[in-house]
Amino acid sequence: MSRGRVTRAQTCGALVALLCVALATPQLAQDTASPAPLTLVSKDWRRTIPTTTTGGREMIALDDVASLFQVAVREDSLAGGFTMTYRGKTIVASVDQPMASVDGRIVTLPSPITRAGRRWLVPIEFLPRALGPIYDQRIDLRRAARLLLVGDVRIPRVAARVDFPGPPTRAAIVITPATPVTISNDAGRLILRVEADALEPVFPVTATGLIDGVRIGDQPNVVIVALSRQAGMPRTTVATADNATRVAIEVPFVEPRNLTPDPKPPTTDPRLPSSESTRPPGLEPRPALQTLAIDAGHGGDEIGVRGVKGLEEKHLTLDVARRLRGLIERGLGLRVILTRDDDRVIGIDERAAAANNGKADLLLSLHANGALSGSPSGAEIYYERLDREGEAVRQSAATAVSLPVISGGTRSIEVVPWDLAQASHVEASAMLASVIEQELRQRVPMGQRPIQQGPMRLLSAANMPAVLVEMAYLTNSAQEKAAGGDEFKNAVAQALYNAIVRFRGYLEETSAP
Amino acid sequence: MSRRAKAYLLAIVVAAGATTWSLVRLLSEPSPTPVTTSETTAPVETAHITATLYYGSSDGRALVPVRRDVPLATGVVEQGRQILNVQFQDAPQPYVQVVPKGTKLRAFYVTDRGDAFVDLSGDVVSAHPGGSTTELLTVYAIVNAVTANLPAIQRVQLLVEGKEVDTIAGHVDVRRPLDRDATLVRDGRGDAPPPAPQDSKPKK
Repeated sequence: MSRGRVTRAQTCGALVALLCVALATPQLAQDTASPAPLTLVSKDWRRTIPTTTTGGREMIALDDVASLFQVAVREDSLAGGFTMTYRGKTIVASVDQPMASVDGRIVTLPSPITRAGRRWLVPIEFLPRALGPIYDQRIDLRRAARLLLVGDVRIPRVAARVDFPGPPTRAAIVITPATPVTISNDAGRLILRVEADALEPVFPVTATGLIDGVRIGDQPNVVIVALSRQAGMPRTTVATADNATRVAIEVPFVEPRNLTPDPKPPTTDPRLPSSESTRPPGLEPRPALQTLAIDAGHGGDEIGVRGVKGLEEKHLTLDVARRLRGLIERGLGLRVILTRDDDRVIGIDERAAAANNGKADLLLSLHANGALSGSPSGAEIYYERLDREGEAVRQSAATAVSLPVISGGTRSIEVVPWDLAQASHVEASAMLASVIEQELRQRVPMGQRPIQQGPMRLLSAANMPAVLVEMAYLTNSAQEKAAGGDEFKNAVAQALYNAIVRFRGYLEETSAP
Repeated sequence: MSRRAKAYLLAIVVAAGATTWSLVRLLSEPSPTPVTTSETTAPVETAHITATLYYGSSDGRALVPVRRDVPLATGVVEQGRQILNVQFQDAPQPYVQVVPKGTKLRAFYVTDRGDAFVDLSGDVVSAHPGGSTTELLTVYAIVNAVTANLPAIQRVQLLVEGKEVDTIAGHVDVRRPLDRDATLVRDGRGDAPPPAPQDSKPKK
């Protein structure tokens, strides 16, 4: 009897313990997940640095930092912080504070410094932001590539893309900054040897046309382009411009021996994605352009312009937005955010938030125009014109705000107001407007002033290149009639698609270091 | 002269003196009744300035400056009201009115920084035909009319029914004071009189 009660008690205790473990384990796993390690690359050596993820932020142990960079760390248990010293310069930081005093200057960190048992953990951004300014060599964190560069090392970015699946298959490899490269053929592979310490790849490219894939070789400065069995001898040309080296590759098709010919016909138009060429070409999204936001203007009770025959702007914008989304998703494989996908009222800030919070790389706001006379016609593109405040933000890149800190003194935080987010993107937006104008002009009528600037409410809050496209004047009866048809809507969507493909190249160049 | 005669004479002299003093005082002092100073609050009916107002070109694509008579008023605020009241009237031929019909000026005031606030009735939103082009013309017809004729005012912010609004028709940001925009203005030569100089002078 007594033994039975004890047994039940033990059983209950064990169940509770198991429950606690079961509940705690996922949390523990979530809090201390280990991402792929960073690779420290310097002129003379490479080393792997383990990191952990705590509270969604990637952290590195302070003792690892101390041993890697030969810096002295002294803990101040009374103040709840530590002091890091390197050649007479110091970093002072406190636990649970997302900042550090670096040689007397406050720098912000993306997350607080924490303690895990007896170890201090700092965000990995601590290395370039805090240690970098006092270290005698440059420290550069390339998070996407999992690289931490120390000193004067040459690690250019290497981007690869297939422009046309063919045959012949056309591809390009862009190396930024411009770096000499030697090219050779070897058993169905194209080998590019780049004069660099290592490479930062921004691919892979999946099998497309006559190219089976692009990858980094066994040596860190070699790119391998794997060719399919049907590939003939590839032709390459190397050109250097705008601080980038471009290797253009054309792979011809050859009849494989002892193989049934592939009846796949070549696509006819290599320049523009026609209905045939908008099939998935297998391109991987480029880091410079991964997400697009398309804003269908107006909606719900806010109908926008109503044409003489009743065509409403809100329906036209949504229709074209959906067509464009389809083209982009099928043709480029990029993520597309529609600020609205049905007929409802959405506030302008809500639209901007969808693009900003979705980390969109560009924003297209679609509209249809109206005039007080029936004669105006043609498409127009608007990009943001900064007012005095916006211009000040653009010139200073950000506004520095001094805040008092508990320990005395002040710290400076760079702040960009939400409604002036466009300030740092105006030049890119102007470029986007220009590219769109060139593409639209080939397919639809353009207005007398096709590119204009104005204080546009949505664009001002967009933290990315952004333009507003007025596709046609619905107050012009001929334009209204055309705009209601599939031909016009497809023409506009196709022109915008082509412009996005071209603008991607601009983003790649400007995002290069 | 008897004593009675002397007394009469003295009474007459005193009465005449008192009457004279009263008359002199009555004529020399201002009336205690307040006088309405119409010249400080109301425009002089016969005095006008020539102001530059802005209307849509006949094709509705641009603003055209047009010289029009506006009643003279005293002070920047009252003159601003007069300018906008005329601006909101029907446009002269061949131009088109870019401010929606029925829009009324609810209030007009100026801050110490030289920013003017133009408070419009809700008709400016409810009756607006829409479109970026027309919305830009609406906003800058008002902004340009105020800043072109009142040199003390640098920027203009629009309010609707006493409140700040994001836009008039969904495109143009009117949350902050706006500077004058000359890029929307087309030279009116050929079909309109040339614009008036900015320092408008009163005329009788």
